Amino acid sequence: MKIPEKIFTRIFKPLIFILLLLPALSLGWEFWQDNLGANPLEAIIRNLGDWALRILLFTLALSPLRRLIGWGQILRLRRMVGLFAYFYTILHLLGYVWLDQFFDWTDIGYDILERPFITIGMISVLLLTPLAITSTKGMIRRMGKHWKRLHQLIYLIGILTIIHFFWMVKLDVSEPTLYAVILAILLGERIVNHFLTYHRKSL
Amino acid sequence: MLIKKKKDLPDNQVTDYSIYQSRRHFMKTMAGLGLMATAGGIIQPSFANTSRQFSTNEKLTSFDDISSYCNYYEFGTGKSDPKKNAHSLVTSPWSVVVEGECQKPGKYNLEDLLKPVSIEERNYRFRCVEGWSMVIPWMGFPLAELIKRMKPTSKAKYVYFETLLDPQHMPGQKTKVLDWPYTEGLRMDEAMNPLTLMATGLYGKDLLNQNGAPLRLVVPWKYGFKSIKSIAKIRFMEHQPVNSWQKANMTEYGFYSNVNPQVNHPRWSQRKERRIGEFRKRKTLMFNGYSEQVASLYKGMDLKKNF
Repeated sequence: MKIPEKIFTRIFKPLIFILLLLPALSLGWEFWQDNLGANPLEAIIRNLGDWALRILLFTLALSPLRRLIGWGQILRLRRMVGLFAYFYTILHLLGYVWLDQFFDWTDIGYDILERPFITIGMISVLLLTPLAITSTKGMIRRMGKHWKRLHQLIYLIGILTIIHFFWMVKLDVSEPTLYAVILAILLGERIVNHFLTYHRKSL
Repeated sequence: MLIKKKKDLPDNQVTDYSIYQSRRHFMKTMAGLGLMATAGGIIQPSFANTSRQFSTNEKLTSFDDISSYCNYYEFGTGKSDPKKNAHSLVTSPWSVVVEGECQKPGKYNLEDLLKPVSIEERNYRFRCVEGWSMVIPWMGFPLAELIKRMKPTSKAKYVYFETLLDPQHMPGQKTKVLDWPYTEGLRMDEAMNPLTLMATGLYGKDLLNQNGAPLRLVVPWKYGFKSIKSIAKIRFMEHQPVNSWQKANMTEYGFYSNVNPQVNHPRWSQRKERRIGEFRKRKTLMFNGYSEQVASLYKGMDLKKNF
């Protein structure tokens, strides 16, 4: 499958860009309209976290999608979608540091030490940051094969993010379970694919 | 120029305390003159007195927030689920089974339970274990009054409570998130403390279903989950009962569950809380600010062990 080059770069990609921006815009709008319920600050932080995870899963879905429908162009969305995942992660973190803790660094320190879901969330942001920094074309060229090695961290980050969600939830784990299943499928496809191509080569 | 357009707010959102108080004063006066009958619903009197001794004068949380931001897993685990789903609960007729170590066990109609008591208003702080809080003008009567009437025996060391079990009308009970029915318990001296309230209403009206209609417990110095809703059973016991959240997670939730900024929780910091409607968090107070009334109950106890 392939759509004309012009349509891909001038229409399709910008369209995805706008779609990925919509959650942030609509959250801002809902806040402005006072539609976020009795605890709007919590709603903002949760919502940003949800989107950070969803978009992270979207990036992880791109290469399985390419294999499934044979659409090579789609891989060219990876950097943009990945940076959006980082964008929502940073907003989520900012929401916690500002709206939840109001820059109380002592309490944030306690949170990181005492609450495992915060600890693991912070680790995920730390791991995601070098991926965002090295996402430029120049960096890809300069780093060569190390780039690929580094960016394989995304699988670990995906798993940490799901654990972060599980440990945050009080009792009802149905939502994190759903995301865990999606992540398992996306990672599982890679493992299966790896063995299949290895097998084919050895034949 | 950018001007933020304010939406028209429904009446209950803008009820601030002074308006609410003057309205109640008006109602009391009218009722005193015999010009007005019941205004608060079936249960609430139109002229309940506000207990000054037990009430805080902090700004009340809006009725809208109190009735739309609830933890009531019988109607779903989301905060807004109870408001959406609790209409299916049937609260009339309602009866409460009283059993165990007492001389007056039996099945009591709600009306009979309420006949001898006088409903008063109490503005209490309410602190959820999840780190948020409200100030709620409850209507109700001291649990001690009800306990005395049931004549507990000398063996009665604890009081156990159960929420109604009715999966047909409480859809959340069809899922296994908690071990239904919801249960709670208090030590006898906690139950007899004058702060401990059996609530039948809030903001001068009968309790809405999502807030635990028609009869719920309010223990303001403990985390909110101790204040069990829609009570269908009360049992006097010799041994300490297990409450639902303890059963769900022994390491995180204890029997006492007193509000205590020094006892940590692996999920939420208990040092601070967000008062619903406020931006900056405030410091959480020992026993939710009710130390004067209840600290003596726990003298000599290690509250880090007995969390």
